[in-house]
Amino acid sequence: MNPLYAPRRRKSKIAMALCLGATIFGLAWLTLILFTLFWNGFAGLSVALFTQMTPPPNAQGGGLLNAIVGSLILTLLGIGIGAPIGVFAGTYMAEYGRFSKITSVIRFINDILLSAPSIIIGLFVYGAVVVPMGGFSGLAGALALAVIALPVVVRTTEDMLLLVPTQLREAAVALGMPRSYMIRKITWRAARVGLVTGLLLAVARVSGETAPLLFTALSNQFWSVDLLKTMANLPVTINNFINNPDPNWKRLAWAGALLITLAVLSLNIVARSLSGGRNPK
Amino acid sequence: MTFQPLMRAAAVAIVAFTGVTAQAADITGAGATFPFPIYSKWADAYKTATGNGLNYQSIGSGAGIKQIQAKTVTFGATDMPLKADALKKDGLVQWPMVMGGIVPVVNLEGVKPGELTLDGETLADIYLGKITKWDDAAIKKLNAKLTLPSTAITVVRRSDGSGTTFNFTDYLSKASKTWADKVGADSAVEWPVGVGAKGNDGVAGNVAQTKNSIGYVEYAYAKQNKLTFADMINKAGKHVAPTVAAFQAAAANADWANAPGYYQILTNQPGDASWPITAATFILMYGEPADKAASAEAIKFFDWAFAKGDKMAEELDYIPMPATVTALIRKTWADSIKNK
Amino acid sequence: MTDMILQEGAAAAPTNVWRAKALASFKVGDSVFKLLAQIAAATVLLVLGGIIISLIIGAWPAISTYGVDFLTTQRWAPNARPNPVLGGLGPIYGTLVSSLIALLIAVPVGLGISIFLTELCPQWLRRPVGVAVELLAGIPSIIYGMWGFFVLGPMLADTIEPAIVDAVADIPILNVIFAGPASNLSLFNASLVLAIMILPFVTAISRDVFNTVPPVLKEAAYGLGCTTWEVVRRVVIPYTRVGVIGGVMLALGRALGETMAVTFVIGNSFRITGSIFGPGTTISAAIASEFAESRDLHQSALILLGLLLFVLTFFVLAAARLMLMRLERKQGI
Repeated sequence: MNPLYAPRRRKSKIAMALCLGATIFGLAWLTLILFTLFWNGFAGLSVALFTQMTPPPNAQGGGLLNAIVGSLILTLLGIGIGAPIGVFAGTYMAEYGRFSKITSVIRFINDILLSAPSIIIGLFVYGAVVVPMGGFSGLAGALALAVIALPVVVRTTEDMLLLVPTQLREAAVALGMPRSYMIRKITWRAARVGLVTGLLLAVARVSGETAPLLFTALSNQFWSVDLLKTMANLPVTINNFINNPDPNWKRLAWAGALLITLAVLSLNIVARSLSGGRNPK
Repeated sequence: MTFQPLMRAAAVAIVAFTGVTAQAADITGAGATFPFPIYSKWADAYKTATGNGLNYQSIGSGAGIKQIQAKTVTFGATDMPLKADALKKDGLVQWPMVMGGIVPVVNLEGVKPGELTLDGETLADIYLGKITKWDDAAIKKLNAKLTLPSTAITVVRRSDGSGTTFNFTDYLSKASKTWADKVGADSAVEWPVGVGAKGNDGVAGNVAQTKNSIGYVEYAYAKQNKLTFADMINKAGKHVAPTVAAFQAAAANADWANAPGYYQILTNQPGDASWPITAATFILMYGEPADKAASAEAIKFFDWAFAKGDKMAEELDYIPMPATVTALIRKTWADSIKNK
Repeated sequence: MTDMILQEGAAAAPTNVWRAKALASFKVGDSVFKLLAQIAAATVLLVLGGIIISLIIGAWPAISTYGVDFLTTQRWAPNARPNPVLGGLGPIYGTLVSSLIALLIAVPVGLGISIFLTELCPQWLRRPVGVAVELLAGIPSIIYGMWGFFVLGPMLADTIEPAIVDAVADIPILNVIFAGPASNLSLFNASLVLAIMILPFVTAISRDVFNTVPPVLKEAAYGLGCTTWEVVRRVVIPYTRVGVIGGVMLALGRALGETMAVTFVIGNSFRITGSIFGPGTTISAAIASEFAESRDLHQSALILLGLLLFVLTFFVLAAARLMLMRLERKQGI
């Protein structure tokens, strides 16, 4: 073999072997983490998880019902507040202000909000809602989640609406449709798969967040659906339970963690399969 | 449009949910992790007996004091009692609810509960970072019969504002002049060494997880989680094990009647059988509460706990307040708390 | 032709009124809709403004009390008498060091995975492996914290850390950085957990930008006889350099702000020890641990830490965004 080529080939082989090693390294951690989660989580899964309330420490049995319901309420409310604002904001950016400078500024700010530390969002809602209200509440928690969901929905809405071909819009307007009507009936409708994907991604993002709920919704041992009081939720409950040496609480914490992870992962997979499927045409 | 019916349904659901208020009156309180095991036990029994629940957030004495001062809860719980002038300034009434012992816990292979013995000076030196290995001469002197490994000591302490820390550091200040000068006693101190954990449960969990570690927890946490606790040498120079009798011997020295706000610190008490790190845990409530009904409900719970909760407390190795003291406390409620 | 127009004119008279009414209502509907959209778009800006304002208001007492000294003081004594002595050096140091170490680990590994995915991986394996790596991004951070505490911590304390401590015991600088005692909770543990957390971000963005390299460039290089490594090093990476750096900075922004994963494993100590095997704290872990019980100046100092973190992540993310925007422009998007 050409003596100049052999060392280059060897270097390339070593480099590629390292890349393969890096992939195995990364996948190994994923496997280890998921294995730990499933191993510990499955041990705690039972029907009681969904039918009983959180138990006091060092007791037997119990479940996570109030935490699960609380999380569902907070997530639904958070998305219910954040998603409509996000969809409308994305609509503005894609339809009304597509080429204006302000839209690029909003897009820039939005991307920063998207990756901002969630504990800062928690501090913001604490100062803006909890302190004036005089106490922790589920409402504050939902607002914090709304602020976290907002950038996700804005981003996906704008991206999806930009994908809708202009000819559809032009055809509708040429037929005499008013603009708002056209946006609702044509553009949103054409992009509806993408918009739903954005919603699912926002739900997935919000479900796993703990930090913003630490000083807003706090937690609640008992069943409460009162938004003006503290509300039980899965992430903070898991946080409280896992720090305690009580094996019953630890078992419940792992089971709760497994539930959240399964929910988040399946939402991500569904969102991916939806968007990877048909194009809005 | 797909959103409209969805949003309508969501709106109806939200209104339906928020319209439903809690059926039973829930008493809200927050504070010390020290008494959390007994408070939850009492809360469970109280709920079975009367249908009223107790929503107690075990977030540490420091946070408990903050929440009651911010009036976000009906009562605050703290192991670090407030002095009379602080009570007067905020209009708070304070009384002791139950007493217990703080024990050092260790995670050493082959060492069983009660086999290790420590004294105040050694404990202070460990927490000062002066003693760094388990086979240090000072520890070996107290434990001639044990084989101690030559490994480094991982010190675990509290990261949050804690009444347990207050009592523990108060004892260390009394036992070691170096500690008193360098660090002092408070709910949160500048720890020279150690990793911080949240709450008594966090310290217990950390010690259970980390080999060759030492921490300090309220005794119920050590007992319930089968941690290896250590015996101590008390002020009288005698070797004591953490038992209900030892805690009671220390508690017997308290003079509740003459202390404004029932302010008593029970660490390093004299007596051959006294456990050196004993503490009482206190409740804080407003003398003139904004929500009289909630205040009255809370007092009802505490009254029930004094009347019916003694046995449950003893099962968890807490010391219930003696009958003479509870009579004084009931008088304080009648005189100082206006919730009628 | 004229009768059609005449017919139209006759039919148009009554429908004109109806049409005018419809047009008027359309106009109202249009303006309302546009207004809603504008308000919603403004909300994004308002949220950012609100965050900055509320942070500054909350941090103001601490800023006026401590000033610039806050950045250089290590001592954190919220209960000191008569006034709390609070300095942010500990958390700032912890944040920067843990993120830096996390980057040092995650960037090479992430780039390696993306190179594998774009150059080496057989076609049928590409999607599953890519999805698997992105699953890592979906796992909620509290689970990383739990795993770090229960699994990684003992692993490090029992085997890995003692091995490293023994190995560098005699080398002058390294034996200070890697000094014992080995512990479950340490800056190193937190850095490793962070590295695994930001790995999928580096990988996903790198893979996307690697895929934008025009095949003709790579084929030209191959045609000249370059090995795979040379193509990657000389063609792919220079072409996508800006995008990769953007991705790395995005990952850095994520690492700086991570709370739950770090709080579990970092040990909550405000003192700076030279060793990364010792406990430490980061800004977000400090806030998460102490905020619930803080009052007055202590709380204001924590909010000041939050403000510093926000400013830091803002700049990092803005830089990342600018770089990625430049790359998009290059693509002609």
